[in-house]
Amino acid sequence: MTSAPGSARTGPAATPSPGPSNHSSPVRPHRRRWGRTARWSGWLYVLPAMLMYAVFVLRPLALTFQYSFYDWNGIGVARWAGLDNYLTVVTDSDLLKIISNAFILIIFFSLIPVALGLLVASLVRRITAGPFGTAVRTILFLPQVIPLVAAGIAWSWLLSSNGLVNQVLRAVGLGGLARAWLGDFNTALPAVGVIGAWVLLGLCTILMVTGMSKIDPALYEAARIDGAGPVREFFAVTLPSLRHEIGVCLTVTVIAALASFDIVYISTSGGPGLQTTVPGLEIYRLAFSQRQVGLASALAVVLMLLVLACVLPIQRLTREGKE
Amino acid sequence: MNLSRREWLTGRVFLIALVLVTLLPFVSMLSAALQPRGTVPTGLAWPSDPQWGNFVDAFTVANMAALLRSSLLIVVGVVPVSVVIATMAGFGLGQLRVPGGRFAFGLLLLGLTLPFEAVITPIYYQMRDFGLLNTRWAIILPLIALYMPFAVFWMRAHFSNVPIELSEAARMDGSSTWQLFWRIQVPLARPAIASLTILLFLWTWNQFLLAIVLVDDATKRTMAGALGAFQGQWGTDLVLLCAGSLLILTPTLIVFLIFQRQFIKALLQGSLKG
Repeated sequence: MTSAPGSARTGPAATPSPGPSNHSSPVRPHRRRWGRTARWSGWLYVLPAMLMYAVFVLRPLALTFQYSFYDWNGIGVARWAGLDNYLTVVTDSDLLKIISNAFILIIFFSLIPVALGLLVASLVRRITAGPFGTAVRTILFLPQVIPLVAAGIAWSWLLSSNGLVNQVLRAVGLGGLARAWLGDFNTALPAVGVIGAWVLLGLCTILMVTGMSKIDPALYEAARIDGAGPVREFFAVTLPSLRHEIGVCLTVTVIAALASFDIVYISTSGGPGLQTTVPGLEIYRLAFSQRQVGLASALAVVLMLLVLACVLPIQRLTREGKE
Repeated sequence: MNLSRREWLTGRVFLIALVLVTLLPFVSMLSAALQPRGTVPTGLAWPSDPQWGNFVDAFTVANMAALLRSSLLIVVGVVPVSVVIATMAGFGLGQLRVPGGRFAFGLLLLGLTLPFEAVITPIYYQMRDFGLLNTRWAIILPLIALYMPFAVFWMRAHFSNVPIELSEAARMDGSSTWQLFWRIQVPLARPAIASLTILLFLWTWNQFLLAIVLVDDATKRTMAGALGAFQGQWGTDLVLLCAGSLLILTPTLIVFLIFQRQFIKALLQGSLKG
């Protein structure tokens, strides 16, 4: 498999892909000879991963699309349904409520952790390397390490009628507000949101603080000399410098909100009514309890597209100027 | 950095408040877990006579030994294979620059934001057809595949930053592709591989959706899946539920505390790149 060295036209095999490498030196003949064979045989390295991915992700993904056009109970004969399932997803009031629940969760999963993280980061600037800093980091990361199911169980207890939240409310004389937060029609969704905020707050804070410590202190000094107050300083220096970190936090947390499942499943199972049902949970219910595989798949496709529709603009906005 | 004393103090106060809020759920769970069985605990009250025996009860009831074994088996099935094939693919895409690699990589990127819920239904039927439902393979095989987008993305990012000249020099010395990979590139990639291993371990241990959909028997699930079953069974016995949950958390916490520096590094890098 040796190619003629120095042939004028080489296939894609010898074309160096544009990338961060410094592959700019002129290609010497002997390098090209091994290069071409090695590049093709290199597929042996890529193949195992791609094979697994094709069988257990790409094939199911294609099947999700396929199922979504059928009416199927998972056992009997599937009946072609055209776009009916999609029509149901975008017109059925229950399903629309379920989708809107996921967007409401974004406020709690994304906006609150990012806003609070920014606030704390701009106040703290950097966490010292000493034991205090290590302890703070470790503790703030705990929610990232434990399973979401555990967070759900812990907070179900905290938010229950005898839980800590109500205990505190009663202690400060606000006992009238006490209730079973996750069971109350009006507070269930925000209560689920609080659990998500708790999980993601530490990660966002540490990401922001880490980003903060990379900002050149001279920028702040310059801002101070120009007479900027803390607020101006925040908008002129902190916010633009942390653009990348904010993008990362938003991406991670928005996906966590839209695709949430574990926390909701454990803390409320979607109730009361449909108050806290999210698309992930509804897909699970439709597919495995109600045997409406077609509708579940259509909802799955919609969920996937919603995630992309939210994440791609965030990436675009926050990566700009970085490259 | 010239922070005024007041600013410094406000920062500290916020930080400590945040730490307390993070810790409270754990403390509250511990206080409930130590109450006598059959009582109704309140939010946070140190019991006059802490019932440490509750943890022993929970250990037996939750069948902790079997759960630990099951989770370990799943981790052993998922993590090494994922890390190896992802490292190989990252090497192929980032260093060897295989023809059509950009297309393969594009396919993988497609899966980077994919919610697991979007493919869980077909995976269920696929596993049923393979006759693997209710076995640990039903969790292991799809998990390896679902990790590929991130894992390959991660390793490729590392390998495309290694100067091509290094590979070329090795070639000149007559080493084969495998030698180049195994003797030269893998040792250099060790930090990236270590971080990836930690992340995949954590995600596998905590995987919930696949566990509850594909495996009915809690003793064949991951830790998170088992915890879900435990809650379903003992949800009304709050004391036992809290004790059991804390117990199920303990192995993760111990591993985290031992490797916390690496964990935090991995998690930070992981989210920055992901």
